[in-house]
Amino acid sequence: MAKKKEILRGAEIFCRALKDEGIKHLFGYPGGAVLHIYDELYKQDAVEHILVRHEQGATHAADGYARATGKPGVVLVTSGPGATNAVTGIATAYLDSIPLVVFTGQVSTHMIGNDAFQEVDSIGITRPCVKHNFLVKDVKDLATTIKKAFYVATSGRPGPVVVDIPKDVTADSCEYEYPDKVDISSYKPVVKGHPGQIKRAAELILSAKKPMIYSGGGVILGEASKELTQFTKLLGYPITNTLMGLGAFPATHKQFVGMLGMHGTYEANMAMHHCDVLIAIGARFDDRVTGDLEKFCPYAKIVHIDVDPSSISKNVPVDIPIVGDVKHVLKDLLAILKSDGGQKPDAKALKAWWKQVDEWRALDCLKFDRDTEVIKPQYVVEKLWELTKGDAFVTSDVGQHQMWAAQFYKFDKPRRWINSGGLGTMGFGVPAAMGVKLAYPDETVACISGEASLVMCIQELSTCLQYNTNIKILSLNNRYMGMVRQWQEFFYSSRYSHSYMEALPDFVKMAESYGHVGMRIEKSSDVEGALKEALALKDRTVLMDFVTDQTENVYPMIASGKGHHEMHLSSDKDRELA
Amino acid sequence: MRHILSLLMENEAGALSRVAGLFSARAFNIESLTVAPTEDPKISRMTIVTSGSDAIIEQIMKQVNKLVDVVKVVDLNDTRHIERELMLIKVAAKKTDRAEIKRMVDVFRGRIIDVTENSFTIEMTGTGEKLDAFIQALDERLILEVVRSGVSGIARGDKAIHS
Repeated sequence: MAKKKEILRGAEIFCRALKDEGIKHLFGYPGGAVLHIYDELYKQDAVEHILVRHEQGATHAADGYARATGKPGVVLVTSGPGATNAVTGIATAYLDSIPLVVFTGQVSTHMIGNDAFQEVDSIGITRPCVKHNFLVKDVKDLATTIKKAFYVATSGRPGPVVVDIPKDVTADSCEYEYPDKVDISSYKPVVKGHPGQIKRAAELILSAKKPMIYSGGGVILGEASKELTQFTKLLGYPITNTLMGLGAFPATHKQFVGMLGMHGTYEANMAMHHCDVLIAIGARFDDRVTGDLEKFCPYAKIVHIDVDPSSISKNVPVDIPIVGDVKHVLKDLLAILKSDGGQKPDAKALKAWWKQVDEWRALDCLKFDRDTEVIKPQYVVEKLWELTKGDAFVTSDVGQHQMWAAQFYKFDKPRRWINSGGLGTMGFGVPAAMGVKLAYPDETVACISGEASLVMCIQELSTCLQYNTNIKILSLNNRYMGMVRQWQEFFYSSRYSHSYMEALPDFVKMAESYGHVGMRIEKSSDVEGALKEALALKDRTVLMDFVTDQTENVYPMIASGKGHHEMHLSSDKDRELA
Repeated sequence: MRHILSLLMENEAGALSRVAGLFSARAFNIESLTVAPTEDPKISRMTIVTSGSDAIIEQIMKQVNKLVDVVKVVDLNDTRHIERELMLIKVAAKKTDRAEIKRMVDVFRGRIIDVTENSFTIEMTGTGEKLDAFIQALDERLILEVVRSGVSGIARGDKAIHS
């Protein structure tokens, strides 16, 4: 006998659907339009609700959770300002293709369009920064829509999905049934790559004399690090990762030549410029990566593997596009490369190429001054890497500290490096770290930040206390918006227009007032001890205020409109190779 | 180059704004856009006239295809096709001008569908160029009001967009 379906209210359906979807954490903030839902959340314990202090924090925390685990991050906010506050976080996830499902409350259906209290057109506002969004007008559609939202957010090229739920829908009742799967006839993500294209790509890859592998965040999103690593080791080719792709291939492996792009290593960028075959995997030829498109990889034939057809030939025309899930395509490529009697890479040419790459590498482009008592920000990141054995989860905010984190923390595993690469959202680091720590309570989670970014979502320190998410915040405090200052120094004749942080708070007292541990570190020789002490405080959130060199700049640097071979290596003219 | 894109999409609330929003967000051109339900009330068909280099048209096709609501998109320029546009035009038609206007409407195979003492309203279909030509042929001072539907397009032959 078929089980009789239960009749549930919309708010109950919401909670049950999350449970049936296997959701463990929900980041949110209550308000009028979602009060029915909050009442149901109160009555259940399948889903843990994390009360943030600002809706932006909710989206970043859910985003950090998603980046670290690969599972969708889930957010619940109220209508109006709740929804608009969440938008920055939604856009952040959109630019980096992170699976989020964001539920926004809405005024009751009969009020929509009447400029009701706390009403905004959430669907309209979020439309340009979501993968898709839904307005649920009837409680009968609620369960299916939730299922669709999770399906769309997590499949194909992932991304955020917004579900707008009017208050009356959460009060209405209907039979509850959560579908096992949904079919959207207009949405069919490609999985397998075209076999003919894969064969052609394999031939080109094996014919290379100066090959280069350039992989991005798609490899991490597609859970294809293992395949990428096998593929790269099997070929013996040099590999660079984008900012979003760090950790997809172990950074300590000799074939890894560092990050590429605007603040990439000399060896990575020079190898890009001179390569004859470029193998782009799950990367999107972002402007911070390519520099001047006219000067991009002038000698290379390009293979591009991506799950999103619109990424292919968007900025750079490619010779062999392969649309498909990177994991599947890499498996297919590996099968061809491993087949008996097949062609092998040109060992002689490869040896000569490596000799060249190693010469570039010998320049040691990430060198910095170690004989100083003034704290060099690079040194702090390097020490963190050493002390955590390269195995911490590291989030960051945006600016100079982000670049130093990317350059000096050598990520050997995917999903360890969590930053807002596409949108460049200051304020991301702390809430994201909180989300990671909830997912992995036993792991070390560090947030590398700067004093300007840090205060943008500082209110989440309260959330950290409430949920015992003990993160370690390393604030590289140079009393400037460092990256803005760097650009003003280079391109605006050192006119530091509004980039100086006057009237900073006492960060130690601030940490303490939030119930955490604060430390101020002013000398290089104190860095290691302070980090050890902070890392040992496993059950406390620690805010380390490192007073760093005020005028340190991020090198190497490719200025906007320049090519990969036109890098600045330091302010020292002797090292100008450009 | 000018292209006519034909697309099928789920007839959902907000679907039109997704397409229009995509064009404005990515700085693609829209010369005209028409939309109405098809024989299947759940599916709408949209015809968009746009222009751009081959690379831009390729991006437009891919980006439109990526929208979750879009079932299918084809570039009618890839095949032989027919395009038509409907125009309604209201002209001042005093006694002395009436015969001349009527003759002109006949030449262009239009129809006069509303008549008052002082005006004609004319219905005309054709390519955009033909409608332009009719407007050019009229004495500018006589034109009171023009409304055009934008282009609808369909491929020639027995192949349908669904197949």
